[in-house]
Amino acid sequence: MAWVNQDKCAIVGVGATDYYVRGKSWPRTINDMAAEAIMNACADAGISHKQIDGFSYYSTAGAGYLDKFDTASLMETLGMPHISWSATLTSGGGGCPGAIGLATAGLMNEDCTYTVTLMALQQLPQHRLGVVFGAAAPNPENSFLQPSGLVGPGHLMSVLARRHMHLYGTTQDAFGEVVMATRANTHNRPKAVRKDPLTKEQYDASVMLADPLRRLDFCLETDGAVAVITTTMDRAKDCRHKPAVVHAAAHGGQREWGRAFAWMGMPDPHFASSGHKFTADRVWAQSGLSAKDMDVALIYDHFSPMVLMQLEDYGFCEKGEGNDYVLSGKLRYDPATGKGVNGGVPVNTHGGNLNEAYIIGMTHIVEGVEQVRGTAINQVKDAEFALVSGGPASLPVSSLILRKD
Amino acid sequence: MTYGPARALPGDQIRITTNPDTEPFWQAAREGKLTACQCGECGHFRMPPTAICPECGSRAKNWPTLPGTATVFSYAICNKNPKNGEDYVYVPVVVDLDGAPGTRLNANVSGCDAEDVHIGMKVSVDWTPIQDGWVLPNFKA
Repeated sequence: MAWVNQDKCAIVGVGATDYYVRGKSWPRTINDMAAEAIMNACADAGISHKQIDGFSYYSTAGAGYLDKFDTASLMETLGMPHISWSATLTSGGGGCPGAIGLATAGLMNEDCTYTVTLMALQQLPQHRLGVVFGAAAPNPENSFLQPSGLVGPGHLMSVLARRHMHLYGTTQDAFGEVVMATRANTHNRPKAVRKDPLTKEQYDASVMLADPLRRLDFCLETDGAVAVITTTMDRAKDCRHKPAVVHAAAHGGQREWGRAFAWMGMPDPHFASSGHKFTADRVWAQSGLSAKDMDVALIYDHFSPMVLMQLEDYGFCEKGEGNDYVLSGKLRYDPATGKGVNGGVPVNTHGGNLNEAYIIGMTHIVEGVEQVRGTAINQVKDAEFALVSGGPASLPVSSLILRKD
Repeated sequence: MTYGPARALPGDQIRITTNPDTEPFWQAAREGKLTACQCGECGHFRMPPTAICPECGSRAKNWPTLPGTATVFSYAICNKNPKNGEDYVYVPVVVDLDGAPGTRLNANVSGCDAEDVHIGMKVSVDWTPIQDGWVLPNFKA
């Protein structure tokens, strides 16, 4: 059954700061970067930032994993006169595109008129996300994980990837192809951190951080901020750009994935998965669409194997066939035709977290918006539908389908 | 790749905390007994221990002594001590515990070369003293 809020709201503005290599944004402050991203997004939408009256956060309103957004503080920073919606999805980066669903909830409830979703992060040495689990003080829950030395998200993903290799014969070559295929999309992107083409020899020479994963299978560590503005369709008509219509949005997950990254208790086949099957099924049910209807897929890529596993969970290929799907070149974008390769749907035409920048998923939303506007740097020809995913991480993970107006 | 001998991370760098739901597990470990949280009503096992049985909702708990053997479900191979960045080969494993269906522990395995660890490998508990007088269940090949 079609989602009751289908096509009722749209993303109308996107804005960002520069992207900095980890720690290099200092002495800028988190609120300075957040405010710049919000002002840029409002300028893109053609509204004043003083018209923002809603905040739809994710990651428990976290700015990175140790800093925190405070709505009143941002209001004071930007001179916003009043707000009537301030809400967040819980847990971490998995909620990123789901926050657009949260925005839709606030707008459809007539709590607010223009709502901002944002992320800003600054990975000073004590704030590195890569060691976040190991650096956390021991507590009764993480005492069942920390002592094993699985100290970062990449360690945890490497254990999932290993199981996938065991069950389905998945190869490290496929992980490398995820990195190379998306790296091929950054050479023409001025703000991308990694722009040089990547050869298989270079990938194979990348240092092993948590076997079977190499450094290049891990996403970038970046500083910066990104904000997007969501409003109702009637207001969207008055904005500067063509609206990126919110066609479907879901967050959540199922118990079998559960505490995934902390407890490692998932049964097969959930263990060697991205945990996205539940929200994937929801957005397909909301929209009546399926993977083959997508023109471009912006897949959260904190670690390369999780792209492969999401492609399975969203149905771009069957469960267990991700290796062959990836290795057949189906993630690639062909600039000559503006289409996919070998019948595939282009993935991460912006380069993703692995190559462009890691702002905890927000760059994927921005690329989705630009694709359905028709203004993307690596524009997919006649793109009508863009899938955006967030996670795989602790629940909720989330999914979003944007539609061309 | 060749890594050489797998070692457990040094116990003197490891600290845990407990709460009333988890403490019986750690108290048993201190006595050299590997246990898992079992529902006192329906017999369902769960780990880590939580207040309520997710299957039947009971608060009754048993803490049976398990055989202490387990099977490697998955693993990674790491080569830096996360506390100080020094070269240190360790193998975090996720193991299925024998005698407590559906329960797992995250631990280190030692007693073999890292590259010889494999899914399906049988291991047995190997106790590592850690800070504050607690004892951590690791595993050996």
